[in-house]
Amino acid sequence: MMHGIGQPVRRKEDKRFITGQGQYTADINLPGQLHLAVFRAPVAHGKINHIELTQASTAPGVVAVMTSEDLIKGGVKDMPCKMKMFSGDGTQMPEIEHLVLAKDKMVYFGEPVAAVIATSKLLAKDAAELIELDYEELPAATSASAALAPGAPQIWPQVEKNLACDWVFGDKDKTEQLFAAADNIVQLDTIQNRLVPSSMEPRASLASYDEGKDEYTVYVSNQNPHLSRYLSCRHTMDIPEHKLRFVAPDVGGGFGSKTPQYSEEYLCLFGAKLTGKPVKWVGERSEAFVSDAHARDHVSCVEMAFNNDGKILAIRSRHVADLGAYAMVFGPLVPTILYATMLSGVYTVESVYAEVKLAISNTVPTDAYRGAGRPEAAYAVERLVDLAAEKINMPPTEFRQRNFIPKDKFPYEVCTGYFYDSGDYDQCMTLALNAIDYAGFDARREQSSARGMLRGIGISVYTEVAGVGPSAPLMEGGLEIGMYEVTCVRVNPDGTVTVLTGAHSHGQGHETSFAQIVAEELAMGIDDIEIVHGDTARIPYGVGTFASRSMSLAGSALSIGVGKVVAKGKIIAAHVLDADAEDIDFIDGFYKVRDSDQILAFKEVAHLAYVPSSFPHGEIELGLEETTYYDPPNFTFPAGCHCCEVEIDPHTGKVKIEKYTVGDDFGRIINPMIVEGQVHGGLAQGIGQALMEHALYDPDTGQPITGSFLDYCMPRADDLPMFTVESIDSTTPSNPLGAKGCGEAGAIGAPVAVMNAVFNALKPLGVTEEHLTMPATAAKVWAAINKVN
Amino acid sequence: MYSVSFATAESVDDAVSRLKNDPDAKLISGGMTLLPTMKFRLANPSELVDLLPIMGLSGISIESDKVSIGATARHTDVANHSALITSLPALAKLAGGIGDAQVRNRGTIGGSVANNDPAADYPAALLALGATVRTDRREISAESFFVDMFETALADDEVITAVDFPIPDYANYVKFPNPASRYAIVGVFVAKFGENVRVAITGAAPCVCRFSDAEKALTQHFHADALNDLSYPADDLNEDLHASAVYRAHLIPVLAKRAVTGDGPPKL
Repeated sequence: MMHGIGQPVRRKEDKRFITGQGQYTADINLPGQLHLAVFRAPVAHGKINHIELTQASTAPGVVAVMTSEDLIKGGVKDMPCKMKMFSGDGTQMPEIEHLVLAKDKMVYFGEPVAAVIATSKLLAKDAAELIELDYEELPAATSASAALAPGAPQIWPQVEKNLACDWVFGDKDKTEQLFAAADNIVQLDTIQNRLVPSSMEPRASLASYDEGKDEYTVYVSNQNPHLSRYLSCRHTMDIPEHKLRFVAPDVGGGFGSKTPQYSEEYLCLFGAKLTGKPVKWVGERSEAFVSDAHARDHVSCVEMAFNNDGKILAIRSRHVADLGAYAMVFGPLVPTILYATMLSGVYTVESVYAEVKLAISNTVPTDAYRGAGRPEAAYAVERLVDLAAEKINMPPTEFRQRNFIPKDKFPYEVCTGYFYDSGDYDQCMTLALNAIDYAGFDARREQSSARGMLRGIGISVYTEVAGVGPSAPLMEGGLEIGMYEVTCVRVNPDGTVTVLTGAHSHGQGHETSFAQIVAEELAMGIDDIEIVHGDTARIPYGVGTFASRSMSLAGSALSIGVGKVVAKGKIIAAHVLDADAEDIDFIDGFYKVRDSDQILAFKEVAHLAYVPSSFPHGEIELGLEETTYYDPPNFTFPAGCHCCEVEIDPHTGKVKIEKYTVGDDFGRIINPMIVEGQVHGGLAQGIGQALMEHALYDPDTGQPITGSFLDYCMPRADDLPMFTVESIDSTTPSNPLGAKGCGEAGAIGAPVAVMNAVFNALKPLGVTEEHLTMPATAAKVWAAINKVN
Repeated sequence: MYSVSFATAESVDDAVSRLKNDPDAKLISGGMTLLPTMKFRLANPSELVDLLPIMGLSGISIESDKVSIGATARHTDVANHSALITSLPALAKLAGGIGDAQVRNRGTIGGSVANNDPAADYPAALLALGATVRTDRREISAESFFVDMFETALADDEVITAVDFPIPDYANYVKFPNPASRYAIVGVFVAKFGENVRVAITGAAPCVCRFSDAEKALTQHFHADALNDLSYPADDLNEDLHASAVYRAHLIPVLAKRAVTGDGPPKL
């Protein structure tokens, strides 16, 4: 079957995307709609004395002007953090009320302070400029280190010394004993540069209110409409869930930054009821830079204890993460659980211990971004491995091989508490090494050297906790949201299939890959299968798409659901064919009575389920539709090896990636073309972090310095090499589909593979992390080579 | 963007008179700098006077000793003009390296030159090649045209019509781009007319300028080695988050050498 599992089917959705027929939130217009503009904080930290609205509210076209006071009076509450971690002393993170509009003080540049609704976007923006803000600028803490320094400005009274949480993880005593007993210790200071996610489609929202039905509809560029509706109704707006339709239509990229709640959604919802007209806000790129949740921004000191034979004993980390001015919905999860639990990597490490400080600062809040905590862990482990191998003069490949969890030891309980599902790290590494011609590197380095260039090669072998849930252990750890997924398989009377899923596709290609799962099981073409996502009014329930979870959770729910449909159809077929259901097999889209020539097409069965001219009444209900809630028994652990080869021009410091190869283990692969595309995208973002991207603030004022693509360097196609992406043949026992997930992997393995290659190239010049941190821009590499600041 | 009226210039004279009549009016050709500035609400012209519809303002003509490029010729037109590629390949290379494809499909030589962005590429070519800027009323040598950062010798109501470039015996432009914007962090244009060598630098300083020590050295001996002992003082160079003044100063002779040898690294 050409459309089944494992086929590189071209994406169904691309026809509408590449012919301009996608329907993004900005493309949707409702009759009589008004437009909203946001007035944002002009300083990183300031006390609001008064907001003068007289001029703005009487400006041409203005229908309404809103401040925090109006929202509070109207019952609009805050946008809470759902992952409040516990400090080592048992105290939970304090609540920081994250209001839709700043009330008494502004805590980061760009924070929404007021909003204007007018008859056109232009008039709304014109009027917003007439808002007069009387404020007192306060000293700003513009980074985690500044916020935690003695005498730093206090941002929130309940967050003492700006330390929201002092989290610890692992067995401290055991780790210290192993460090004391080890032959060797290597140590590393790293900086995980702050990033701006920069989805191609900026955020947008459009809300309407139907007074007759007392119902709201909101279109949002969002990754998880059901989760967002839940948070909106339970916490932020006083709307019962059945009265809010939350729609995430076509969405142009999310990468985690479209998971949280954002002020503009609630300004539009509140504004729609206030004005009686639909209210639309379409974010501009400059707004995205100062209002989309930022990413990374961690500083850590990590150490590895190991013996002379290369055996890793323990890893420990002192880590400081910048949450920004507020704790976002999953913000605190990223630098804690998603980081520290991955610090044993792919190795048989005996103990891990981590201390993680979560700081509040006067910067845009941070939250999950492709990889979320796991790129930081992979960076720490894989840099330490290279340093350790170098210290005992062992090839980095051999050092890794000696410490890999052997493929026959799975499921394997790592010291951080996870049961890794399956893996074959050596095979992944071999794939990547062969693809890059690792053995031929020395010759290539000599050729580069003859041209006056420096050449380096770097490896990373990563694994990641993915497929998030299961719900139970996460909720025990403090998460206040269920992490299952929901899929409904609806067989229509003509035998076509409509799948309603809580997973949301914003670049992942679900409309194709999910259809392939159905196509495989029901032996149909994918054109007869429609995947519906992104609308709480159409889909029974769901959570959403993030953390590489959709294929392993929604895909599994779908696979189970199709199985239930097939089983129910068998009872109908048995009735029609006058046979026992146990004697019927479902093969290639037909129910067949075993050892007989009696057959019935699935299509016929589908029709009988709704037009019951022959039906086992009394035995089963009419209809052919199955809804499945799937909460997995375990996480999945995708893994793989990245190999990167760079050439550095010592005269300019320019790093050029010459070759990049990947050998991955994603479990069962539904569509290899889509998987490879996912890896390419992740690599681009990982390489961007390693070499180009860095969100910077003025350290004194907290004004953003990189506020546009003129200064914030996004990787472009011509910055990247051709990638060779291969996968091993594998399956995970963690779910019925056997899929591990692939969305984040590229961004996890890439930064450290690139930096290992860069440090390898610069080794003859003695350049280390002391001289060079990400992003390794030409100017920074040159300065590192020449040891100048 | 603030609201703005949009006028189509029927001729160069029409454009000039519109500027005379309204001091807040602005010329627009490709708009690759003006439009983003307006979108950021950092510029608020009363009227945009569009030069693109003016007939005969975008032509490229090649003579035996000079190349003339009309003010509204787009970067892509210059980069892909086959006769120009033959007679003055360095200029085609420069144009082909401006911004990205979208910018090159809109941006024009007149706009780039009139804006005199300190990191723009064209000013280096004009200065090194000793080009002449033609306007509605006069001819201005490149030497006197570029006055200071974003400042030129143009009067407020003056319109560039073309740029004339003498054809050198040898020329090359090597640019180290800002990785984000792809403007020049440093760009060096080397041009040789007989024994006489001119070297212009863009991106490094507040305004395009010449590197006279390099010119002297190369006039004596046109070889990259002639630049071995040269350095450029960092004192008055630009410094921003992408590059320090010291780094820019270091890049100047490095790129100058590559412009002479014509074999820069594979891709900068």
